[in-house]
Amino acid sequence: MVAHWIKTFTLWEFVKAHWLTLKYFFKPKATINYPYEKNPISPRFRGEHALRRYPNGEERCIACKLCEAICPALAITIEAEPRADGSRRTTRYDIDMTKCIYCGLCQEACPVDAIVEGPNMDFATETREELIYDKAKLLENGDRWERALAANLAADAPYR
Amino acid sequence: MTAFFQSWLGFGWGWFVANLILILLIALPLMLAVAMIIYADRKIWAAMALRRGPNVVGPFGLLQSFADGLKVFLKETIVPSSANRALFLIAPVITFTVALIAWAVIPFGPGMVLADINVGLLYLLAVSSLGVYGIIIAGWASNSKYPFYSALRAAAQMVSYEVSIGFVLIPVVLWAGTFSLSGIVGAQQGHIFGLVNGFGFNPLLFPLAVIFLISAMAETARAPFDLTEAESELVAGYQTEYSSMSFALFWLGEYGNVLLMCGMNAVLFWGGWLPPLDIPILYDFLFNASITGMFWFFAKILFFFFVFSWVKATVPRFRYDQLMRLGWKIFLPISLIWVFLVSGYLMLQKQGMLPW
Repeated sequence: MVAHWIKTFTLWEFVKAHWLTLKYFFKPKATINYPYEKNPISPRFRGEHALRRYPNGEERCIACKLCEAICPALAITIEAEPRADGSRRTTRYDIDMTKCIYCGLCQEACPVDAIVEGPNMDFATETREELIYDKAKLLENGDRWERALAANLAADAPYR
Repeated sequence: MTAFFQSWLGFGWGWFVANLILILLIALPLMLAVAMIIYADRKIWAAMALRRGPNVVGPFGLLQSFADGLKVFLKETIVPSSANRALFLIAPVITFTVALIAWAVIPFGPGMVLADINVGLLYLLAVSSLGVYGIIIAGWASNSKYPFYSALRAAAQMVSYEVSIGFVLIPVVLWAGTFSLSGIVGAQQGHIFGLVNGFGFNPLLFPLAVIFLISAMAETARAPFDLTEAESELVAGYQTEYSSMSFALFWLGEYGNVLLMCGMNAVLFWGGWLPPLDIPILYDFLFNASITGMFWFFAKILFFFFVFSWVKATVPRFRYDQLMRLGWKIFLPISLIWVFLVSGYLMLQKQGMLPW
């Protein structure tokens, strides 16, 4: 009873709480400085799509349309024609990134590791149209991210 | 300075120009201080929540408040069609003005006060009571139910805590023997054994300092007493319908009031511009006595602002009945008893009836 009164009138609980928050004040921050610092992500991370090329510059995609077939969101559109040298290539490879659910099934379906989902997650745009990726954009992504993509695929290869 | 202007502008105009310059000298740095204090508030709050706070605009995010201010000033002032237009627009002006005019009597250093009136404390009480008008008018003129609830809450809250603040101030005035803020600061010199400056170090007055600090938080509607803008209940309280400049004026006024209350804490209980210890070197170790006095005063204001932010980061919001209970059933009786205790002590001392 007396202890209770002393605790009440010395605001003991408040003092304790403030001591705790003061300790937290000097603790290292739990958040990171996002655009400049990033958390590590798994090699399996499913971010922005990219179309890869072989080291000699030939595009990997053979227009088998397995990705188009498996895509549950129907986000991929492919049109194909034989090229002048007789190889089967896409003439159109569009991904509607606003439809895409980033399930990674296209990447798993691809027999030649052509369409992959890279580690990039910062590709917000100002208009909806910019999110409808065509073949040129996807190939450009592939060129830009090739090193990271190859490293991720190599890291994940033993488990495939 | 007044004499200098009067020497070549004549008595009246010289006085006018000199005071105008002094007012700007107080008001403009105050606006700057409010901008920086909002930044500090956000940083302290963030640090205690293990976050980073604003860190993008300028070095360490120091310019965040100015960016926010610029954004707010460039927006459109929206007046709701059903609002009482004149009152709606005058309410933030009242809040802002009242927050500024109170600074007229705050002594920044020895002799550095705009208006050293002998009832400075009464002036402060009157002005801080006027602050509630801005909020009530805003709530009523918005013609919207949440701002109106908020205004009612603010009115009741400010009136309740005004009472306990009034009673807390009586022992201070009794001990200092004056209502003038400079006089109160002066009376605190060497208060304890001729060595420690500040009424707050007196064991008989320390509880009052605590009550005053808590009442000051309630008076400025800071957390944990920010029921007037409890966002989970009242959207944004009385400023729900406000936008642009009028919203910014509310913010400036609010933080100006917070700074004022920090300053009042410093002046009334912790020695104002006096250093904590009555040692001669502490009075003028920076250039001269005035600047050193300002240094101590600002250091105390900043310390109390840190306490305000600290409390905001620590304590959850009170319920309304708890707020009223604290004001009327705890602070009012305690401060009344303390008026009795302190006046009794001072009387016994005056009659020479104390054993020491």
